[in-house]
This record gives sequence, structure tokens and C-alpha cells, in this order.
Amino acid sequence: MGWTGKILRINLSTGTIATEALNMDWADKYLGQRGLASKYLVEEVDPRADPLGPDNKMIMATGPLTGTCASTGGRYSIITKGPLTGAIACSNSGGYFGAELKFAGWDMVIFEGQSPKPVYVTIFDGDVQIRDASGYWGKTVWDTDKGIKAAHQDPQIRVAAIGVAGENEILYACVVNDLHRAAGRSGVGAVMGSKNLKAVAVRGTGGVKVRDFKTFMDATNAGKKVLKENAVTGEGLPAYGTQVLMNVINETGALPTRNGQDVQFESANDISAEAMATPRRSDGKPNLLTNQACFGCTIACGRISKIDETHFTIQNKPEYWHASGGLEYEAAWALGSATGINDLEALTYVNFICNEQAIDPISFGATVGAAMELYETGVIDDAVTGGIKLNFGSAEALVACVEATGKAEGFGKELGLGSKRLTEKYGKPELSMTVKGQEFPAYDPRGIQGMGLTYATSNRGACHLRSYTVSSEILGIPEKTDPLTTDGKAGLVKAFQDATAAVDSSGLCVFTTFAWTLEDIAPQVDAACEGNWTVDKMLEAGERIWNMERMFNNNAGFTAEDDNLPKRLLKDAAKTGPAKGLVAGLDKMLPEYYELRGWTPDGVPTSETVARLAL
Amino acid sequence: MKVTLKLFASLSSFLPREAQRNKVDLDVAEGTTIQSLLDHHKVPREKCHLVLVNGVFHAPEERETVALKDSDVLAVWPPVAGG
Repeated sequence: MGWTGKILRINLSTGTIATEALNMDWADKYLGQRGLASKYLVEEVDPRADPLGPDNKMIMATGPLTGTCASTGGRYSIITKGPLTGAIACSNSGGYFGAELKFAGWDMVIFEGQSPKPVYVTIFDGDVQIRDASGYWGKTVWDTDKGIKAAHQDPQIRVAAIGVAGENEILYACVVNDLHRAAGRSGVGAVMGSKNLKAVAVRGTGGVKVRDFKTFMDATNAGKKVLKENAVTGEGLPAYGTQVLMNVINETGALPTRNGQDVQFESANDISAEAMATPRRSDGKPNLLTNQACFGCTIACGRISKIDETHFTIQNKPEYWHASGGLEYEAAWALGSATGINDLEALTYVNFICNEQAIDPISFGATVGAAMELYETGVIDDAVTGGIKLNFGSAEALVACVEATGKAEGFGKELGLGSKRLTEKYGKPELSMTVKGQEFPAYDPRGIQGMGLTYATSNRGACHLRSYTVSSEILGIPEKTDPLTTDGKAGLVKAFQDATAAVDSSGLCVFTTFAWTLEDIAPQVDAACEGNWTVDKMLEAGERIWNMERMFNNNAGFTAEDDNLPKRLLKDAAKTGPAKGLVAGLDKMLPEYYELRGWTPDGVPTSETVARLAL
Repeated sequence: MKVTLKLFASLSSFLPREAQRNKVDLDVAEGTTIQSLLDHHKVPREKCHLVLVNGVFHAPEERETVALKDSDVLAVWPPVAGG
């Protein structure tokens, strides 16, 4: 148990809805969520399919612990072939939607085909219907969420929706559930938009059964005790959120600034967790109102913010005077440091719009940073930007950009291409800070060497959450390693990748791993699920999942040449900080990584590796 | 000599009153070690998790012996994380 054993298959081309039994042989090898849904995708989708065409599929998947009382057991993921990258995409979200889907009785929902007209899907326990969404098309996520709840007269419905950006296939459109929790990366919202699927609304009244209730309660209670007593998960994250990293990463000289031209931002403190908690001069109130937890979470790292009503962004827009999802570190970095902007209130407003229109703030902010460099070097001008003065540091320009991109209007359509396509269009591909077409996040590999290998080898394009070696290299969790050396990083990255793939497949949040190891997680999974889930079995599943994703990408046309970093990181040394004089030493790590993975020098899993992992 | 002390997150309250934006410039004696400066400001040892001098980490066992130099920046955090 843990799994409900049932999946929904909804063909949007034909309007048919089918119920299937979950493939339990696959569940035993891939656990759930990221791993298990990726297995379905790999088996059913041609790796060379057009991500925005009818042959791609989009899977909303829970893990076996989703909807249970395990701490953070509320996660779900969207698995598809990503349009930003052309690689396999898996975007993970919190909030309450995932648990509600499980309560309705479903492990996952597979969306196939393309609807001829805008629709939304309601899943009310076993009652599943495809409904006309013409009244919601063109509306924001927030209006759609409100409208669906009102139409069905149930405020407890949980809605995952796209905004106007996803409808118009902005390539980093995301899917937002519960107003400000996002399956954020790789453009999964554009896939949803390509299917003419505006929203999925879920209401479940069932529960989740576990294999051994007494053992499960003991294991989950023990896990919660560890989280509570750990200084990071018990104190640091609830109080300061992920945003506490802004000053940390800046001090360590690894904060990508102004499109990666610098590694330290002189105004980092202005957009930090500390600044969010400091009363404003204008109204005497802090930007941060409170923290918030997702379903079942005992950490509660989420930020809830309220913008100064007199700030230029909202002074005439009372519809934004309410509290909503505040800045997390990645968003604050992309919207602020990557663009050189130090206006905390403006960044919070732009983050609101990213949630309201469902666009990934990491890719959006990083793309604006690249566009600013194009503008300041004279490659593009006001005629291209539609009059936006796109200088680094301009909050007004960022605001104009997010409003245009959210609505897919004017220059926003070009920004919606992502920085790779945008810079290629204007003949400056070297200004794109991407791997496999996806913008890299808030850690400069010149100052944190392991993150260079992390970005280069991530199966969904540049990403920090596939192997968060920052934990070890900077924060000392589980043990401190030197961020400036490449020695030992191949093994570190592989270990993080495999363990994270397992956690991402369980229904739990990866932030638990600041306190938990798989020694804490495996007993919770095992008490919920059949299959004798030991630490070793979870690690093997994680390694299997990683290789399966890799093989999908190889079959999609990716090669070892795509395991690379932007030239700026490989050729231009860091100018300041501890990494001054250093470039990213990818060439020193990649061959060892391939060898540890059991791959050929060309980055292909050997037949022995494929056999060992029963792929 | 002059050094800069930066205390972040829950350690901010240990900064002297004249500190602004989480930092203060201080005149200290030659030979002042990382630990002696933190002790002077009554920063609890058990809360000093991430200790950086000019951005470079110093492990607990080094803090008693590593002397600060002129213009050094000492930055300290309690256990924190993000992502």
C-alpha cells in the first residue's frame, strides 16, 4: 500500500477517460512520482516527439507517501518531455494539490493528445470529467482557481492551472497549484497549454492506506522528531526560509550577478531574508508576514509576503494589496542578482506575477538578465524591446518584462523563448547562461565547483535540485567539503543525484534531507509500502531512475557534448571573492563522473550498467 | 587594525547597536582570533555554524588559532540552509 494502485488515463483528443491498475512491477523498481511516472513516459512517448505536439504526454504523479502523515508528504510531480530543453522534464510541487489527488484515489493521471478546444478536468473522487474551459481561457491562475471553486461551490477543491503564459506556450511556463506553489521548471505549463488543458481541479474524501500502521506511525514520528531537533529544519528554514542563502552565497563569491558577469552582488543584502524581515521605512512593516507549510510539513519554509501599498508597482493596483507567496531564494536571485536589481518590493511584485501567470521565475529572471546584456552591449535596442529601457538594475524594466511575458505580449513573447533561443536569435549564444537550454539557478560553478558538474549532467537541463552539492560544499551537510576544488566532486554529485531521485519518487520534500538521510526515510517508505524498502534498495532505485532519464535523453538526441557549461564559466575567471581567478573545472570532473556512473567516455550507459540496473 | 564583522539570521541581535545592514566595522588588536572576536560580542559558540573569513570557511578547531588580518571580513551564520 502507500500506492492507491489506480491511475487515470485521460485522452484529450478523443475525450475518453480510462482507469488502469498501477503497474506494481514497475512500482517495485521505480517507487513512485518522479521515478514511476518517468518509467511510464519512457515506455509511452517517443523520445524524439515534439514536446508541444499531440504525441507528448503529461503525467501528474504522486508518491507512495503523498497524502500520508509523513512530514512533507504532500508532493506531486509533473513528468513530460520538456519544451524548453527537449529533455525529460520532472517538476515537483508542494502545496495541497498532490495530497488531494491521492485522497481522490489516484496515484497518477496521464494526459494524452490535445483537446480541440480549451478544457479543464475535474477529479472529484471517482467522478472524473472533462469540462469546457472557454470561460477560463485567457484568465490568470488566481482567477481560474477562484472561478472553479465558485462554479462547483466547494472552496476545498484544489486547483492546478496554467496562466496566459502557458496558453501561449511561453517555453518556461509552469503549472501553479494552491495559488503559489509551482511545478516550476522546464516548461511543463507550456505542455499543458499545448493540450488546451487550462486546469485540473481535485477533491478527494478518501484516505491513504499504509502497509503496517503501527510501524508507520513510529517511523514518521521518529522522523518528525529529527526534523524538529535539527537546527536547520527546526529553526533556520521556518524562520528565514531558503532566502537566508542570499548573503551566504554572496559572501562565498558564488552569486551569479548581471547574467554571470560577476560572482558577487553589491546589493545582495537588500534582497535577502534579513531585509525581508526588517521593517520598511515607508510603512514600518516588514515585507515578510509569516511562514507557511505545505501539506503535512513540519518544517514550514514557505514565505508569505505583503508588498508596500505605496510602492510604484502596486500603488494603483489594490488587487495586489493582499498577502501571497513571497520570495524564495531562487526567485530572489533570478529576479534580483541576475538582473542587478535591489528593489525588494519590486521583486516581490514580479514574483506575484510569476505565480499569477504561472511562469518560472528562475528562467524568466535569467532570461531578462541575458536580454539586459544584449541591450547594454547594443545588440538589441528600444525598437526590439518595445521601448523598455532594459538596463541592469532597472526595476521598472523588470516589471514591464514580467507583465509582457505573463500575457505573452510584445517583447514578452521573445523573452518567453528563454535565453538560449533569444541570444541565438540575435547572434550572441555565448550570453545564454544555460545547460541543455535551461537557465541555471543561483549558484556560480566558479565558486562552487560541484555545481558545475551538477548543472552539466542534470537530466532536465541546468538545475540545482538534481544534486544539491551546495549542502556539502557550503553548508557542511552532511559534511563540509571545499567548494573551490574539483577533487571528489564526481562521487559527491553521483551520490546526491541517486539519493535525490529516490526522495523525489517517495512523495517527500527534498528539504527534509538537510536533517534526514535515507536511514530516516527508508523506514517510513517501507512501513507504508510492500517491497522491503531498505536504504540500499532506495539507492538502487535512484540510480536506476537516473540512468533511465539519461537513456531517454540520449535517445532524444542528446550527447556528451550537451554535458557542458556556458563558455563564460569555463573561460572567464571569477573577478572577486574566494574563487577569484578560478573557472569552472568541468573537464576535471566529467570523465571521472562517467566512469563512476558506468558510462562510456561518450556518456552512454554501458551494457553492463543497463543489465545491472535491470533497465 | 580594522576588520568587518557580519552576523546574519538569528545572530544579527549580537551585533553592536551601531551596526547597519548586518555589519559593523571594528577596530581590533593585532592577533585577535576569530573566536576571541566572537566571544567579545557574546555570540554563542554553539550557534556559530558557518564561519567565513573573506568568504572562506573555517572549521571550529581553527577558530581559536586563526588570527584576523587588517581589512578581513568575518561573516557568521547559525545552521541554515536553502535551495
